[in-house]
Amino acid sequence: MTFPISAEDVAKVARLARLDIADSDITHFTEQLAKVMDHFRDVDALDLSAVQPMTQPYPLVNVLRADEEQPCLDRDEVLAAAPAAEDGRFRVPPIIGLVE
Amino acid sequence: MSTLLPEGWELICGLEVHVELATKTKLFSGSPNRFGDEPNTNIDPVTLGLPGALPVLNEQAVELAMRIGLALNCTIQPCTFHRKNYFYPDMPKAYQISQYDQPLNIDGFLDLPSGVRIGVERAHLEEDTGKSTHIGGATGRIHGSEYSLIDFNRAGVPLVEIVSRPDIRSAEDARQYVAELRAILLAIGASDAKMEEGSMRCDANVSVHRVGTPFGTRCEIKNVNSIRALGRAIEYEARRQYDVIDSGGTIRQETRHWDDAEGRTHTLRTKEDADDYRYFLEPDLVPLVPSDEWISRVRANVPMLPAARRTRLADATGADVQGEAVSVIVERGQDDYVLSVGEVGGDVARGLVYVQQAFSEEPSTPRIPAKDIAALTLMERDSKVTSTQAKTVLADIVANGGGDPAAIAAAKGFEAIDTSEVEGFVDQAIAADPDAWAKFCNGEQKAMGALVGLVMKASKGKADGKVVTAILNSRRG
Amino acid sequence: MANIPATAAGIADAVQSKEVSATEVVEHHLNVIAQRDGDINAFNLVTSEHARAAALRIDNAIASGAAVGPLAGVPIAIKDNMCTRGIPTTCSSHILEGWKPPYDATVITTLGAAGAVMVGKTNLDEFAMGSSTENSAFGPTRNPLDTSRVPGGSSGGSAAAVAAGLAPVSLGSDTGGSIRQPAALCGVVGVKPTYGRVSRYGLVAFASSLDQIGPFATTVDDAALITEVIAGHDPKDSTSIPQPVPSLRAAAREGVQGMRIGRVTDLPEGAEPEVAARLNEAFAALESVGARIVDVTLPSLSYALTAYYLIAPAEASSNLARYDGVRYGMRTSAADTNAMYGATRAAGFGDEVKRRIMLGTYALSAGYYDAYYGKALKVRRLISDDFDRAYAQADVVLMPTSPMVAFPFGDKVDDPMSMYLCDIYTIPTNLAGHPAMSVPFGTGAHGLPVGVQVLAPALGEVAMFRVGGALEAAGAAR
Ligand SMILES: [Mg+2]
Ligand SMILES: [Zn+2]
Repeated sequence: MTFPISAEDVAKVARLARLDIADSDITHFTEQLAKVMDHFRDVDALDLSAVQPMTQPYPLVNVLRADEEQPCLDRDEVLAAAPAAEDGRFRVPPIIGLVE
Repeated sequence: MSTLLPEGWELICGLEVHVELATKTKLFSGSPNRFGDEPNTNIDPVTLGLPGALPVLNEQAVELAMRIGLALNCTIQPCTFHRKNYFYPDMPKAYQISQYDQPLNIDGFLDLPSGVRIGVERAHLEEDTGKSTHIGGATGRIHGSEYSLIDFNRAGVPLVEIVSRPDIRSAEDARQYVAELRAILLAIGASDAKMEEGSMRCDANVSVHRVGTPFGTRCEIKNVNSIRALGRAIEYEARRQYDVIDSGGTIRQETRHWDDAEGRTHTLRTKEDADDYRYFLEPDLVPLVPSDEWISRVRANVPMLPAARRTRLADATGADVQGEAVSVIVERGQDDYVLSVGEVGGDVARGLVYVQQAFSEEPSTPRIPAKDIAALTLMERDSKVTSTQAKTVLADIVANGGGDPAAIAAAKGFEAIDTSEVEGFVDQAIAADPDAWAKFCNGEQKAMGALVGLVMKASKGKADGKVVTAILNSRRG
Repeated sequence: MANIPATAAGIADAVQSKEVSATEVVEHHLNVIAQRDGDINAFNLVTSEHARAAALRIDNAIASGAAVGPLAGVPIAIKDNMCTRGIPTTCSSHILEGWKPPYDATVITTLGAAGAVMVGKTNLDEFAMGSSTENSAFGPTRNPLDTSRVPGGSSGGSAAAVAAGLAPVSLGSDTGGSIRQPAALCGVVGVKPTYGRVSRYGLVAFASSLDQIGPFATTVDDAALITEVIAGHDPKDSTSIPQPVPSLRAAAREGVQGMRIGRVTDLPEGAEPEVAARLNEAFAALESVGARIVDVTLPSLSYALTAYYLIAPAEASSNLARYDGVRYGMRTSAADTNAMYGATRAAGFGDEVKRRIMLGTYALSAGYYDAYYGKALKVRRLISDDFDRAYAQADVVLMPTSPMVAFPFGDKVDDPMSMYLCDIYTIPTNLAGHPAMSVPFGTGAHGLPVGVQVLAPALGEVAMFRVGGALEAAGAAR
């Protein structure tokens, strides 16, 4: 049987999802994910060309709020719950290899 | 474009402009959309992406986005929101709610003052990110910093991203596009559009190609913080790309950073290591389906746009529609005032000049009664005061918040003197400085100044400079 | 100590008529929790002080003649994935350990206004991902009916708390069966309302287009009472339905005379024989009290599990990306931000959560979206269309809640697919966004409870509670 998902796929996906997964665990995850993905073969047999995707369980449109100020959270309370804060702001390690 | 690229080569540019909307609150929550507040004070569960928080769309943000769409001649269509997934410390939920394959506004255009039409592919709604400050290392740069601090006040501020088609062919077109777009945004009240504060941000996609061949690979230039920098960055980048190609290299698709101090662009990242954004429909929001009735209501709130106002002002004053006076007055929003000078019986062409000169410090409608300005234009037209005297009277009116120009002129002793009297003063001047007269007759234009000065002195400033000049020229023959 | 009524409705009446005080009720339940929860581990946190203070406020209000809400003095246990201001909300995950939300979920505000008294936060499969409550960072919850067995999940703590009498009622959340399946396995009533009936504001998201909050109770009447209180439009949730909530307690007493009960002729197989037998008895019981049984087909149901295990993880992969160690929760320190993300998330999430994040990330990633996620959304449509056709013929549909009774610990943890099969009968309703409830109906293997599931179309809670009430009455009469 060919796995529908490879170890390389799993490693790439783990990087994309920012999950450090040890190489030894990649194999384990690959087997488990492959089993789940394998069930998709049933679905692949269906002709879905004329079917509209369903993205919303209940059809609502135009749900809007008025442009009115609501109370804000207390900065000290929020920063006290942060892993690191400084000078009224959230502190993070240097941003390397990520630029937007 | 002249010397930038050699004959036969062409620059291709498309612009992505992000503008922060002038709402009271954020796109999906009720914390204030306000610039310059203490860090992390305009925060709520939605803004911080707290577990369990849910977005609800701001109606005013939608209306302003629709105004932008209408002002840019777009079609407004039923639309949806998607999640754009990527990790970055200033992106609270690790996804940005944006619009993807069904944006609110599509297929519009913007006409530059030069007449060139630039296509607008789309103008969609999305949320802004927070702001990172890089501490330590060299000059607050991201590279070499020790750590970063994040302020989420800006996170969730409503943005409209306006994506032009690659119809721009010169740095000048790009500058005009952004200037005109900014004028439109201000006119319709959609944004304060301050590039220096970041409420208007501009990314340029630039490529070069030999005319008649397919477009080249493009690079996206970020961090362009002024209209001037935009022009410089585009020209630098086009030349850089041409040089790479000319020396046998190829252009990689990449994002580049404009360094205004160095006057050059740097590689930020190449397309290969760009994120896979995994767009999917935002399940916490429902579709937005603007009805015709709603669109009409918004359309009624869109005022006359700058281009139409420039045409109207030029038609009324006889000034050049592309000239500085017309564009400056419209930019300041003083065109209605100039027109009102005409409406109360004044000389509207002189009104344009007066307003341009006297109200530069006041980029809004002047509070001086238009009838006072109108009366002064007529006094000058009818030579009851000289143009120099008119300036003095105008300054007095402005300083005092209004006033009767006739009374002010009288109080200052300004009165009209007729041409025959001026002829006498000219005779005196020629007699007093025959040397100057000789030089002037020899074609030394500079010598005229001395003669005019003498006439002015003799007439105690009451002679009209234009009349004096005309007499001197006719005497010379 | 005064005699404490067993039901929420009974407690509310007794407290309002001053037969017992809210304080006595709360002390009674705190006592039971102290005695029994060591064995069961239904609670991540018992909020004793909060509960005593709330009870005292109710008692003072009643003493001063002030109006109190319909749940005055009713203790309620809350699944630990609903935000409670100043009270830890962990989702049974290390990544949120110790986090105190700075705001209340809408249901918490609503319950508080109705006079309910929260006694604690209940255990769950981490981030509600699981069907056994074994995937909790704080240890599994045990089934009060047999502590060698699972209570079901993911709302296993809330189900066990009610089954063990630790609280008369509780709230759970149901993304693929996480209220109904543990209700069935613990022998209590569990309700998943229509998607959009109950605000999701403050419910920590697992899969946003599927999640719905609902109650556990020992009676259908109590389940109706709680549903009535928590249902209703919330402007803070864009998917909240702006429709009034009908009287569900009245519906539960109304009977099923003339109702059409759908029997699915092509139901995916896999139910234990006793479970199938109880379902048949349920049809017979409803027929005997005036309902008519009609055959319906749901041909796409066999694809539901597959579609669900792409859609739910896809949404989850995005919803759980916010746990990045920047603003709240756990952080593993690292040299740079990117390394911090990877290390924090690897240390903070358990295996099942990681598995689903990876599955979902894969299904959404470039090149796979159309093949997986896009197709799953189309299957979702097929299932919804199937239900529409069925509900043209039937007012409700009956099927088993869980294919099996409560199973022993460790039975399925190593095989994700066998665990996922627990939800085969509950998932279709979530995909369609419809309401469904599980009502205890007799026992199966090992004398363990069996639940029968009543499914209804969107906003069909009245029909659902009519049948639920009739099933309860028939079960009691057996
Ligand atoms: Mg863009
Ligand atoms: Zn953008």
